[in-house]
Amino acid sequence: MSSGKEITYPNDVKYASTHEWVKLDSDTAIVGITDYAQDALGDIVFVELPEPGMEKKAGEAFGVVESVKAASDVFMPVGGSISATNDALRDAPETVNGDAFGAGWMLKLFPYNAADLEKLMDAATYKSKIDSGEIH
Amino acid sequence: MSIVANKPEPLLYEMSNPGTVGYSLPECDVPMTQLPSDLLRSELNLPEVGEVDVVRHFTRLSQKNYCVDLGIYPLGSCTMKYNPKVNEEAIRLAGFSQVHPMQPAETAQGAMQLMYELQEYLGAISGLPGVTLQPAAGAQGELTGVLVIRAYHLARGDTARSEILIPDSAHGTNPATSAMAGYQVVQVKSDARGNMDSEDLRAKVSNKTAGIMFTNPNTLGLFEEHVRAVNQILHDAGGLVYGDGANLNAIVGVARPGDLGFDVIHSNLHKTFSVPHGGGGPGSGPVMVRPDLAQFLPSPVVAQEGETYVFKNPAHSIGRIKSFWGNFLAIVRAYVYIRSFGKEHLQEIAQDSVLNANYLLALIRDVYDPQVPERVCKHEFVLNGTRFKKEYGVNTLDVAKRIIDYGYYPPTIYFPLIVPECLMIEPTETQSKASLDEFAAALRQIAEEARANPQLLHDAPHDTPVTRLDDVKAAREPVLRYKHL
Repeated sequence: MSSGKEITYPNDVKYASTHEWVKLDSDTAIVGITDYAQDALGDIVFVELPEPGMEKKAGEAFGVVESVKAASDVFMPVGGSISATNDALRDAPETVNGDAFGAGWMLKLFPYNAADLEKLMDAATYKSKIDSGEIH
Repeated sequence: MSIVANKPEPLLYEMSNPGTVGYSLPECDVPMTQLPSDLLRSELNLPEVGEVDVVRHFTRLSQKNYCVDLGIYPLGSCTMKYNPKVNEEAIRLAGFSQVHPMQPAETAQGAMQLMYELQEYLGAISGLPGVTLQPAAGAQGELTGVLVIRAYHLARGDTARSEILIPDSAHGTNPATSAMAGYQVVQVKSDARGNMDSEDLRAKVSNKTAGIMFTNPNTLGLFEEHVRAVNQILHDAGGLVYGDGANLNAIVGVARPGDLGFDVIHSNLHKTFSVPHGGGGPGSGPVMVRPDLAQFLPSPVVAQEGETYVFKNPAHSIGRIKSFWGNFLAIVRAYVYIRSFGKEHLQEIAQDSVLNANYLLALIRDVYDPQVPERVCKHEFVLNGTRFKKEYGVNTLDVAKRIIDYGYYPPTIYFPLIVPECLMIEPTETQSKASLDEFAAALRQIAEEARANPQLLHDAPHDTPVTRLDDVKAAREPVLRYKHL
């Protein structure tokens, strides 16, 4: 079960209030959902991702994450062109539960809209908003 | 409980005994012919069992069923109330049970009178006098209502409206319905008191807004405090207001949706009006609209001409939504239910359902955490399980599974989506005080177990034919038909 483990908030990613993270790797942006999000969703059983090549704006839904509790849309933390998706999640969606910030990544964006990064939060702000109940 | 209820029941395949048959045919008196070999299949491996074994198998399975005739069935947002047996007497009257949907209208006048009168009653109860009884259940009622909204805008020559607003606490059918009717869904946030966030609503409404769909009381079990203002905002923008009537039980006979500013609403007869559901269906989801929208309703509706009842097609009908006349026997049950209360007593349904929910909440609120503690709830309430998860490592699924051990059907869990570790309880008005006291005592005991012995909850249920099922494996690797594993 997902309960009981300490939720992590790494400092090398930026956070959206809808619980996605984005990490920069030279000129590419990598996107996934946060550890808090995977813990709240519970055991993830299905991840639906878009076709590479699509362009999407910040805030637009890019896919669906389904757990035994619920199916939830996931949103673009920054706009950009989807250059790759994590195909491994098709057969092993539980990777998102086990390693949300690493092997559980969902999209690579190239190019991405750097201006959108300014609306995102750092780890401390994201954590404090969750702890205070401002976002859930 | 039956003495066999807790034993696992084998599959019919596992009971199969080669050569056993459940029939005995007379000798064939015509020449026998073989079926063409390309039509024969040998891989089906059908079970071979006798008649009495089949009967016992399904009877034993039925005894494992939980139903509202056994005890409280507190599924939030489902209104699992008792289904009065007098309804069943009524539907067995030959004029209702033997009537054929294709027989001439003049020979089915009694059935049509009942339909006409139920249209009138639902119009009066909702304050929205245009009524169709056709939709087969709530979600089909929603689709009907949204198609009526669409027809209304198109009839005005307004083709620019492409969006439906839906609060984030909505039933999942609302966005699904809007998408099916060709609309984009725009989500509206809830505020800390459980109402729609009026700032967010104002920001999202525009001349692209065809309408809004929301439930009142909402899925937090709370009456939308600004319902009139919300509806005014929509009307000022040229949009219409759709009421999801799933929670009508909380206000039936007390407040009329038409008076609150709703333009269209459906009612689940299998919730508010005591028609069985949850395996006992079929359901029924009539739609009520304000007078000027009645021209768009599905065809036909029942009208009265002098002494005669006739089927009429509304002038600009969206067409048929269901074959024949809806789920007719569900309609009969709802009619009987409404007539058993009468106009004077109908409001007691709402009053008692709200009283029961608040009484039950009062019995447990010191050990569970209501989502919006400062407000009086309506017919249901929502608990937030975050503290149980943080302090005891027990999640809401564990609590729900443990409830089964106490002999109850668990409440709705993890809905509405905006409440973490949500537990949603709707007792309905058909529980006695003693029944609520017992259920509350069980919930209190479970809260104590969560603190003292969380493993007991992690492993629950214990007293069932099968214990905790691996729903994750089932979802990831579904096996959808029988095969030897």
